[in-house]
Amino acid sequence: MTDRSVRLLLLASVFVIATCGLIYELIAGTLASYLLGDSVTQFSTVIGAYLFAMGVGSWLSRFVERRLLSVFVQVEFYVGLVGGASAALLFGLFGQVGSFRVLLYALVFLVGAMVGLEIPLLLRILRDRLEFKDLVAKVFALDYVGALLASLLFPLVLVPKLGLVRSAFFFGMLNVLVGLATLRLLRDRITWARGHALVGGLILALLGTGFALSDRLVSWAEGATYSDVIYARSTPYQRIVLTRGQGDLRLYLNGNLQFSQRDEYRYHEALVHPGLAAAPRRARVLVMGGGDGLAVREILRWPDVEQVTLVDLDPAMTRLFSTHELLTALNGGALASPKVRVVNADAFLWLQGQPAAAWDFILADFPDPSNFALGKLYSTAFYREVRRALAPDGVLTVQCTSPYAARRAYWTTIHTLDATGFGTRPYHAYVPSFGEWGFVLASPAALPPPSAGLLPPGLRFLDAPTLADLFRFPRDMAEVPTEVNRLNNQALVRVFEEEWKEHAH
Amino acid sequence: MISRRRFLDAAVGAALLAGCEREKSRVVPGEITGASFRRGHRLWQGGRFPVAAETLRCDVAVVGGGIAGLAAARRLDRGGTRNIALLELEDEAGGNSAFSANAVSAYPWGAHYVTLPAEEAGEVIALYEELGLITGRDGAGRPIYDERALVMDPPERLWMLGRWQEGLSPKLGASDVELRELAAFQRETRRLRDARGADGRRAFAIPVDRSSRDPEWLALDKITMGEWLDARGWRSPRLRWFVDYACRDDFGATLDQVSAWGALHYYAARNGIAANAETDAVLTWPEGNGFLTRRLREGLEDRVHSACLAWRVEAKPGGGSVIVDAWDFRLERPVRWEARAAVVCTPLHVTRRVVPALRERRLAPPPDPAPWVVVNLTLDRRPAGQGFALAWDNVLYDSRSLGYVVATHQRLDRPGADAPTVLTWYQPLCDGPLGPERVRAMERTHADWCELALADLRRAHPDIDRSVQRADVRVWGHGMTRPAPGWTWGGSREQWAEPLGTIHFAHSDLSGISIFEEAYTRGVLAAEAVAAQMAAV
Repeated sequence: MTDRSVRLLLLASVFVIATCGLIYELIAGTLASYLLGDSVTQFSTVIGAYLFAMGVGSWLSRFVERRLLSVFVQVEFYVGLVGGASAALLFGLFGQVGSFRVLLYALVFLVGAMVGLEIPLLLRILRDRLEFKDLVAKVFALDYVGALLASLLFPLVLVPKLGLVRSAFFFGMLNVLVGLATLRLLRDRITWARGHALVGGLILALLGTGFALSDRLVSWAEGATYSDVIYARSTPYQRIVLTRGQGDLRLYLNGNLQFSQRDEYRYHEALVHPGLAAAPRRARVLVMGGGDGLAVREILRWPDVEQVTLVDLDPAMTRLFSTHELLTALNGGALASPKVRVVNADAFLWLQGQPAAAWDFILADFPDPSNFALGKLYSTAFYREVRRALAPDGVLTVQCTSPYAARRAYWTTIHTLDATGFGTRPYHAYVPSFGEWGFVLASPAALPPPSAGLLPPGLRFLDAPTLADLFRFPRDMAEVPTEVNRLNNQALVRVFEEEWKEHAH
Repeated sequence: MISRRRFLDAAVGAALLAGCEREKSRVVPGEITGASFRRGHRLWQGGRFPVAAETLRCDVAVVGGGIAGLAAARRLDRGGTRNIALLELEDEAGGNSAFSANAVSAYPWGAHYVTLPAEEAGEVIALYEELGLITGRDGAGRPIYDERALVMDPPERLWMLGRWQEGLSPKLGASDVELRELAAFQRETRRLRDARGADGRRAFAIPVDRSSRDPEWLALDKITMGEWLDARGWRSPRLRWFVDYACRDDFGATLDQVSAWGALHYYAARNGIAANAETDAVLTWPEGNGFLTRRLREGLEDRVHSACLAWRVEAKPGGGSVIVDAWDFRLERPVRWEARAAVVCTPLHVTRRVVPALRERRLAPPPDPAPWVVVNLTLDRRPAGQGFALAWDNVLYDSRSLGYVVATHQRLDRPGADAPTVLTWYQPLCDGPLGPERVRAMERTHADWCELALADLRRAHPDIDRSVQRADVRVWGHGMTRPAPGWTWGGSREQWAEPLGTIHFAHSDLSGISIFEEAYTRGVLAAEAVAAQMAAV
């Protein structure tokens, strides 16, 4: 091995590791703004943390006294492993960990510190082979050229062609290859060369597997149909998908939009406040469905609400919206309130086991009746159970799909409540991401109109004139005769399917 | 000499093959339940039973604990005759409405639904009111049924041409001619539904004996359903299948083995009305008619003597009482009851051996009931399939089976994708001469029955082997009676039902169709006749 070729290899390494280092930084920054939104803040803090970690790594390099080459090789392996897997880890763990930011900055710091070690180590390794001014000039020039290459490759080639997860694996492998090449050329000067080679080979195989499986990882994490998926999970009951595009956080269940961060306040204010403003008492509240906690957030605005029981079938939903910082920020931590009790159970079965007249206000916020299992939650049999559990003068609010897009389905629900002995007051609100949306107030007793004077402060949508308007139905949404939805005819599911099919075309 | 390499290759190949074989015919755990034929056949294996030395006494002995027997015992009990002994061959009373349960669900072993009763079935309506199945009446006086017992939507689907379609009428891919025939048949049965005779009675009523006796209708008893279809020129395979399926489902017989009257009765007697359901709605429960069995048994537990074979019922010489000789399989000893009266509620092929005095009547033999097999499949998830959603009754076109009903269909909760279920799969063994079919059925093993059921279902559910956790099998040697031509209105049916002194008879075989309403009504009427007779003494 000539000295010249060793020198060339090491200088080439500078170029490669500089590229890799910047790529990891860009990936972390992009993923953070992609998952958390607010790209200026994310990029700025990720870059700051990364540079600071590099400084820490550089400083730490002074503690490496002997076996410089061996340490350098190991740093290459581990930076390759951690940096290479970083995108997959951040994507995959986004929904699983309570505090995503802790994970993010821990990874950024670890990679940054290791990248910070590289250049000082290389400088010291090359010290005896080059004159100092040459050494500094060449190393830093290559470092900055590598950075330029990375910053051009990243937006133009890597993100569009490879995607974030696969790019990270790719550059991780490059880091490991640098380590392996160094080992090969200088094996006589490195102790335990064989052992190191084995570790390097193993990490390379891991990253290679990750690279090959990225497609599956990505489709798992990003979903096939959504462009900006930040969380996706299939539970036994549904597929939960969170997306974030142009700063708009959205929740989809089985492909149906549940809320858009931009206008969910319209939906949830309309869902919650008219019923509570009409109820003679509000101490005991039951919410069925609504595992996102957004309705509970609105309910907790009412000071006289003493306890809220939220019954949602899917523990994955309530856990996600109780623990994930992005989502608890949206629902104001409603599910963690001492007033709130979360029950994961089937609403129909659970309700049957409850005492009579146990609630002053009940909210039924189920997914639309798009299948026979969901249709049961809009049936006379179900509303009979609700009626039993509701105080004799209590109020029920039901979300009942769009009276514009599915007019007969909407009025079927109203007529089903009528047939079960409820007095009803149908109303609707405009929610841009949903369109015209329908609700109904129902009570076993005479139902007064909700009093606007009672509305809690701080609402963004409802005020007195708006509240009164909700109860007016223009001609294209006005009442139509329909069947009553029973378990043995599932009239609602059938009408709903027909109408939405037409609407979609 | 075989080289080591060759040997290894062969060994690995064999192991792989063995692995494949095992995968293909994985042993599904489960058992064949129901002991009846071994016990029952002691009746005609010449085995005379010993006679008990001591005699127990009761007011009324009820022989046979199917629906008719339970109905009779219950009616007597409610009427104040409490000293009853009901003797049942099986370990549990219930007859064709037997049921079981496991950790996943309760499930039926036989009958699994009842139709809405029309006004002729007064006894049945009164029962449903008593059981809370009818919760009230609307302004027009129409009964309101408990919504949880009405079969939930969707009730039925049919597998044909590689996908599930809604409903049982085989319309998928049908030609215009076939669709016209199906529609014409439906119009004709609708017409017969509303038809009444000159005597003011419905042409086809439940109970059967409350139907019109106009010769126009009774003539339909003399021809087979196949001949009736031929006479109308209705020959399309789809309509034939549709009608044949119904005959096999309701009578365990093909359309050439039942009378036109019997087959048309199935369609035309569904005249029930309800405030909250269509006229052709049915009532069902996870355990099928086991629900009704359970409710009928309530309060009678201490008077039901199960695992008891009554082998002789005769008037005591000198009169005045009835002697019932039985064998208690649990205690392995004979039992003798002396009762003031008896109601014999066994199927007719048993009745004629148990009541020697009937031989003097020289009655025409009743139709031979076909053997049946029922396989309850416990699955770790609901079966997936192309097309329409899982229904309660799921039928496969062009299969000799009757498909399956889903025990968890009436559950109110939203099942998750991983929700387990129990499917009850049925097949009447009526395609060959019944004697040999019955012998073959008794020889088949648990694995044979599993394969029969799974091979049938694999067509619609290719992945079913992976989700089957357990398969329990019951073989009914004599499943249910059928309205063979001439049987319903030929005259001998009434003779079979005629009481012998204080020995009365009640069983749906006496109606020629095997449905809950017939058995229940006959049980109640026999009990009332016995009570009246005893009161007159």
